[in-house]
Amino acid sequence: MCLAIPMKILKITLDRAVVSSGGIRRTIGVNFLKNPRVGDYVIVHAGFAIEKLDTVKAEETLKLLEEIQ
Amino acid sequence: MKYIDEFRNISIATKITELIQREARGLKPVNFMEVCGTHTMAVERFGIRKTLPDNVRLISGPGCPVCVTPKDYIDKAIAMADIENIIVFSFGDMLKVPGTSSSLLKQRSKGKVKIVYSPLDSVQFAEKNQDKKIIFLGIGFETTVPTVAASVKYAKKKKLKNFFIYSGHKIMPPAMELLAKDKEVNIKGFLCPAHVSAIIGVKYYRIICRRYNIPCVISGFEPLDILQSILMLIRQVKSKKAKVENQYSRVVKASGNIMALRLIYEVFSISDSDWRGIGVIKNSGLVLSKGYRDFDAEKNMDLPDVKTSVDKGCICGSVLKGIKTPLDCKLFSKRCNPDNPYGACMVSSEGICAAYYRYRK
Amino acid sequence: MKTITLSHGNGGKLMHNLIKDLFLKYLGNPFLNKLGDAALLNFRTRKLAYTTDSFVVKPLFFPGGDIGKLSVCGTVNDLAVSGAMSKYLSCGIIVEDGFNYATLEKITISIRDTCKSAGVNIVAGDFKVVEKGAIDGIFINTSGVGEVSNNSEISVSRITPGDKIIISGTIGDHAASILLAREDLKFKTGIKSDCSPLNKFVSSIICRDIKFMRDPTRGGLATTLNEISLASGYDIAIEESGIPVKESVSALCEILGFDPLYMANEGKLIAIVSKDAATNILAKMRKHALGKSARIIGEVKKEKDKKVYLETRSGGLRILDMIAGEQLPRIC
Repeated sequence: MCLAIPMKILKITLDRAVVSSGGIRRTIGVNFLKNPRVGDYVIVHAGFAIEKLDTVKAEETLKLLEEIQ
Repeated sequence: MKYIDEFRNISIATKITELIQREARGLKPVNFMEVCGTHTMAVERFGIRKTLPDNVRLISGPGCPVCVTPKDYIDKAIAMADIENIIVFSFGDMLKVPGTSSSLLKQRSKGKVKIVYSPLDSVQFAEKNQDKKIIFLGIGFETTVPTVAASVKYAKKKKLKNFFIYSGHKIMPPAMELLAKDKEVNIKGFLCPAHVSAIIGVKYYRIICRRYNIPCVISGFEPLDILQSILMLIRQVKSKKAKVENQYSRVVKASGNIMALRLIYEVFSISDSDWRGIGVIKNSGLVLSKGYRDFDAEKNMDLPDVKTSVDKGCICGSVLKGIKTPLDCKLFSKRCNPDNPYGACMVSSEGICAAYYRYRK
Repeated sequence: MKTITLSHGNGGKLMHNLIKDLFLKYLGNPFLNKLGDAALLNFRTRKLAYTTDSFVVKPLFFPGGDIGKLSVCGTVNDLAVSGAMSKYLSCGIIVEDGFNYATLEKITISIRDTCKSAGVNIVAGDFKVVEKGAIDGIFINTSGVGEVSNNSEISVSRITPGDKIIISGTIGDHAASILLAREDLKFKTGIKSDCSPLNKFVSSIICRDIKFMRDPTRGGLATTLNEISLASGYDIAIEESGIPVKESVSALCEILGFDPLYMANEGKLIAIVSKDAATNILAKMRKHALGKSARIIGEVKKEKDKKVYLETRSGGLRILDMIAGEQLPRIC
């Protein structure tokens, strides 16, 4: 029940943001995100950002996966 | 695509699959349940089931909003679309679900049902078309509810008198607890939903884990996430110690999204809810709260009564709980198939019944 | 004249003027201009291919094409994948009473342009007007006849285990473009339909080593491979990592829960070719503008369960069935 993908914030105006991924763009709501900033990756579901993607944790997870044994 | 493709890496996937095969050797057969339709979809799409050892069984729980929405909700939504001057807006998922004698898809061809990607689109349509009454079908779990809540708040801010919600929203934890208690289902581990968890955090899983001693791993949706989470569950089972682990730490915070939770419980309040195939689960549904009752479709409109038929022979409920497989169903493949779904489990193309249908000989 | 009315279809003066001022103006050629009851045609070979298709697409105009362009390409392409170079098309148009004249003109111009690009002529036509509500706007039928090339031997019975499967380019573009034009999903994408006539492309690659071809239209690549598997009797195995998909189409599919494998294409073909000739045929395809993204995606297997298998990009295994109904945007 949670089809959502990471998209990058290109522009913010109040509680609306333009986000992009793979060359496609949409304006979405950032109403329930704390301090969203241009350049942040956010998880986009049904036209709203439901959470930020922590890029540091993402890299850590990937490193863990590469070294998994 | 950034932060997606990296989590589909085939050499890492192969490595984890080999680890799963190795570490599951000698293990008594285990049932791991995933409770999110998007997990069911990902498992099918990436062909993960075929790579797992026979003693690790992935069962799909009732995490598909399409599958658990009661038939009378569909019948009522179809009846709403029949009323002059009303347009029903919905997520695409709902359109093919069979009602008693029709479906929303059939209403769509008459122009009375429109598909939207975001519930906010339906409010903005209502704003621009004040001569029409707009009803939005609110289905989905905690991931989707804040988006509907934000849209209703926008409607309130704009003082719209022609926008309504028909809520069929449900929340996950009570259903998970029901299944955790059920000895017939015999769950040895939960793959917890990625984005529901992003909203609600880890609190409820800790309760379930403690009470029923069932390992819980919050898992992302990419193949590496799912495979790593299955490995983590196997390791927990072998260590005989159940705990809650967050594999999807790049998105899920332990506390969840507090702003989203506040929004949900400002606009909605908890009620009992009927789950198709399972029955009523206490405190598992959401209805519009007192301050937002003006937007409640059922309370503000003269809606006709509907007569809903009983699903004869359909065992979707047992399939959703993982107790039976689609092969146990008398209707499977004959009366009920992807072209003509009878029960809700066959409607979703990644649902357990549709997946079994594909693998039939 | 603003709209078409029932009178334009009743065979009288209004209709004759319409045919002259619109259809002959844009589509005229020595055959059509005769306005005979039938076109009299000469052929060089005895082996002809003949096909028909009807077009009811909504919306009528979408990025990369329109119903007019589609109606020419659809028939030209069915002939092309049968190894036949189309020469003559017929075109039957039915419109609803009240249909906008300027729209009909725009569609006719598009038919003209596409015919020119494909090097074909409309040699027979028909025009009818029906009551409002009897049809939805405009329906077009085209039929086409073409000469089967001497170099071609297209037959599903020639398919054998070991044959390679080639897709001529990216999948899902057309269906994505239609979806965005039809539903108001509010995405900015730049995605265009791949609608194109394939006859000249096929001409540049046709040879006996191409055993079978089909264009993956409705139901997409997966459905078409199932049809081929059923008809030939053999299993088919393909690899997801080899299937070309545009980044924008891929991103849209991830967001809406669509599967590109089941999305329609209108300017692509699948070729089943001899194993030893595959690399050469691929190279020839890539020399042509319509084949730049061509890839070998799999092969025909010796097992006879008539199933299509996909090795997923993460190393898993998936069975691809035929499409069951329309794909719709999802949240789950």
